[in-house]
Amino acid sequence: MAPVDALQTSADPTRAIALLISLTYLIAAVLFIVGLKMLSSPRTARRGNAIGALGMLLAISATLLDQEIIAFRWILLGFVIGTAAGVWLALAVKMTAMPQMVALLNGFGGAASAIVAIAEYHKLLLAPDLRATDVVISIMATVLIGGVTFTGSMIAFAKLQELMTGRAITFPAQKTLNFALLAAAVALSAWLVVNLDQPTIFVVLTIISLVLGVLLVIPIGGADMPVVISLLNSYSGMAGAAAGFVLHNNVLIISGALVGASGIILTQIMCRAMNRSLTNVLFGAFGATSTVGAAGAADRPVRTVRPEDVAVMLGYAQSVVFVPGYGLAVAQAQHSVKELASLLEKRGIDVKYAIHPVAGRMPGHMNVLLAEADVPYDQLYEMDDINREFDRTDVALVIGANDVTNPAARTDKTSPLYGMPILNVDHAKSIVVIKRSMNPGFAGIENELYYNEKTAMLFGDAKKMLVAVVGEISRA
Amino acid sequence: MTEALLVALYIFVLAVFVGFEVIAKVPTLLHTPLMSGSNAISGISVIGAILVAGRLDAPYDKILGVAAVAMATINVVGGFLVTDRMLRMFRRSPGRRD
Repeated sequence: MAPVDALQTSADPTRAIALLISLTYLIAAVLFIVGLKMLSSPRTARRGNAIGALGMLLAISATLLDQEIIAFRWILLGFVIGTAAGVWLALAVKMTAMPQMVALLNGFGGAASAIVAIAEYHKLLLAPDLRATDVVISIMATVLIGGVTFTGSMIAFAKLQELMTGRAITFPAQKTLNFALLAAAVALSAWLVVNLDQPTIFVVLTIISLVLGVLLVIPIGGADMPVVISLLNSYSGMAGAAAGFVLHNNVLIISGALVGASGIILTQIMCRAMNRSLTNVLFGAFGATSTVGAAGAADRPVRTVRPEDVAVMLGYAQSVVFVPGYGLAVAQAQHSVKELASLLEKRGIDVKYAIHPVAGRMPGHMNVLLAEADVPYDQLYEMDDINREFDRTDVALVIGANDVTNPAARTDKTSPLYGMPILNVDHAKSIVVIKRSMNPGFAGIENELYYNEKTAMLFGDAKKMLVAVVGEISRA
Repeated sequence: MTEALLVALYIFVLAVFVGFEVIAKVPTLLHTPLMSGSNAISGISVIGAILVAGRLDAPYDKILGVAAVAMATINVVGGFLVTDRMLRMFRRSPGRRD
């Protein structure tokens, strides 16, 4: 149908409304793209998000005009439940819990797409004359992707929320089982495409996709969750796009494709930052074993200092770089860091923050945590930018970061970290590490940085130590 | 392959490329809001859910429809709101230009 024809026959109200809906969808799709584009700068990002929300409002309003819709009460019920839960979640969630939140939302999006496909299957079951091969194929794809997204995200949520162990759960022949299930799902889908009238097979397919989502995420360790959330984000988009193919709805296809692409880019960035391939993350079961390589840690000397020593070091410095890791957020020390930074700035000391791409539990997480503590974003430096600065830095203060500062990643070919891009903290004139003990980090690998002669270790809780340093500097 | 499907495939592939171009320009500073914001956009499946819930079919479809609308709405409302909550926190140093 060419739009012009539709305009000429606009005397027919049904066609005019259909055209209005289609054009509104087009506007919504444009608003989504413009909104995402505005997320490329912190100055325009908030407006961009609002523009995306406006697009969504338009798309939903237009859909309500659809002639096929009769039962508004049921839709309203869904809206009320969803809005109440959504508002509560968005206002109640702590910034440290953002990864869980995103996982949960991903899961709901995937589930919604899968349910749409299930309902469409039900409709086709009762109406044989409406069946078209491409729609049936799309239904199967939506159920499979949506189902995997739903349960996979719920497992990711449970791991991050510590409702279950964060460690990788493995068992013999796990990969074989996963591939067998995937093959079975594809075979059953093909069978249903040939003969749709087999509801039992459809139910089995749905169950397999749900089980597959669980099995794909349980062998992935807590440290790899940033990759998994990014990937599930992509899946939820793909599920939406697949549902668009089911309903012949272009705005679903476009939005799904945008989100799918976004998730893939973030997945790639996370993998590169951890120096791992996606296959290795998904099937490598990294973090299944407990910490290794901690032996012999006791026999090597480290230089320990007290808060007052650190206060003196900082007092004489001209430039200080903070290197925060997730340990900082665990200790709830973001505000103490900001307090120390403000104090140093008042004395004319240049302060910067070095943010590694995997500092936190999801892409960009540390930036949000520091923004919450009122750290201005122009002080937050990405890895490549700050690495040029370390040679000119007087004191690098490492708080709760470990593996991302390990120089062995650059030099030691036998290290499991070898090749991972790191923050060149060891290039600073002096280094202070605030750490609870000499225990190795997430990956269980010893950090060469701690034995560097320029490094001073300040053992203790990050927040208490920072407060002590602030106290010493204020008194001086 | 029908022409409608072919057009839909064109739209999908082109949108993926637009997605890559637009998203690649988002700095790591904003990757968390990007994720929750794009997440909200993927709640567009709410449209499909509305169509399903609004059809006057078997009660079985009603329940599915309401569940789908509710879950997609959580995705949309929660996603956009929490993104806004985060973006509100990003501030520049007073008196400093970037």
